[in-house]
Amino acid sequence: MRFTRMAAVAAVALLALGTAACGSDEPATPAGGTPLTAKAAAGDLKFGVKADQPGLGLQTGSNYEGFDIEIAKIIAKGLGGDPAKNKYVTTVSANREPFLQQGTVDVVVATYTINDDRKKKVNFAGPYYTAGQDLLVKADSTITGPEQIDGKKVCSVTGSTPAKRIAEKYPKAQLQLFDNYSKCVTALNDGTVDAVTTDDIILAGYAAQPDFAGKLKLVGKPFSSEPYGIGVKLEDKAGCNKINEILKAAVADGSYAAAWNATLGKSGTPAPTLDTTKLTNCPA
Amino acid sequence: MDVFSDPVNRQAFLDGFAMILKLTAASALLSLALGLLLAACRVSPVPVLRAVGAGWVHLFRNTPLTLIITFCFFGLYSAMGVKFSDDIAVNNYWLAVVGLSAYTAAFVCEAIRSGINTVPIGQAEAARALGLTFSQNLRLIILPQAMRSVVAPLGSILIALTKNATIAGVIGVMEASSQMKQLINDNGDAAVEIFAVFALAFVVLLVPVGYGFSALANRLVVRR
Repeated sequence: MRFTRMAAVAAVALLALGTAACGSDEPATPAGGTPLTAKAAAGDLKFGVKADQPGLGLQTGSNYEGFDIEIAKIIAKGLGGDPAKNKYVTTVSANREPFLQQGTVDVVVATYTINDDRKKKVNFAGPYYTAGQDLLVKADSTITGPEQIDGKKVCSVTGSTPAKRIAEKYPKAQLQLFDNYSKCVTALNDGTVDAVTTDDIILAGYAAQPDFAGKLKLVGKPFSSEPYGIGVKLEDKAGCNKINEILKAAVADGSYAAAWNATLGKSGTPAPTLDTTKLTNCPA
Repeated sequence: MDVFSDPVNRQAFLDGFAMILKLTAASALLSLALGLLLAACRVSPVPVLRAVGAGWVHLFRNTPLTLIITFCFFGLYSAMGVKFSDDIAVNNYWLAVVGLSAYTAAFVCEAIRSGINTVPIGQAEAARALGLTFSQNLRLIILPQAMRSVVAPLGSILIALTKNATIAGVIGVMEASSQMKQLINDNGDAAVEIFAVFALAFVVLLVPVGYGFSALANRLVVRR
């Protein structure tokens, strides 16, 4: 009894210490810096990334890799931090805004399309890439664009925007839905469906996987525009501007193209030219 | 409740549950028929039939339903070419019904077999002594008594089946949980509300089923 009581006291003391430590852990913002540069300097930057998209953000074990991860490394470096100390947190489409608002992550680089609804909740730097909805087909397919999918079987993910767009704009296509894109690509590869549709950059990631190399091809006629942004807290205008500067510098010194070539470039798609005049103006 | 004041969203909700009911209805009938057949196999005097019945139960009762339904698409349809319709939606519906029925039949079989065990052995012996064949014995003497004692467990299986029908979503059948996913994706800020409405709808749908089967079981039970 005595021991448990002492243990309880000790636990409470430890907890108090812990919270105190947390309180003082918040690094002071140095002059001329932003909360993000301070976190970068402390090696404490937390990035929200996707974990299930080959070529973009894919988790294997405790390791994350892909184009989004490379962009995160460029940002960390630009903020004055050590990219090797980046912490990655798996996000899914639905929890990106809450994670930023609650501070679970500092920056989101997770195939995050900039749109007006989201602009009310977070501040977007970028776009660092403009994706478009496209079709992935077998290498010998005769489909050359979305106008030819009438009556064809087109696969996408339940509840996703690309699936909705097919249902609304191309109602004659037969829509096969799965809970993830891997199943769609498997069904495409064995000939059960005629095409897989979502953002071209995601499709390129699947086409670049060793299992499908040479068997699948991207149609290359995007029929939507999805500017991928880098999300930061809504009030962090300075951090957003800083990330835009980092992106400009990365395009100029070639590290942007290098990030592409190391990841999605393996699908054979050349690095895109990023128009740095079209970056957001980071409204607060 | 603004999400559900939009008629499009209300329709999605209704479509989802209509699909659940359609999946459940077809699978319930098929699995009851198949379950009866399997139970008959398991108590039959023919060793091969007993082995088939036992094999089916062990295979399907111990495999996750998600795997079974995914297999129905990638195995039965993609690889083996079993096809019910040229329309993808209709085809997926029947593939899901096949998966749900095969799985649920294993549970129905075991419930019926436990019912058969409640019939005193003397009944079967007396029937045999009168010269009834195995199938006459089963049909006229044993099953009528056995079925009455398994009404309540069959009700539980029906409730489980209704909820399991949401797994048809993995092969793209637009049932309630897929519709819910779509609604949450479109209205991320009302996720909790949408979730609560769908969960509540299942409860409202299934609580009366539970009470109904309890009442039925009480009326039909064989009092010994």
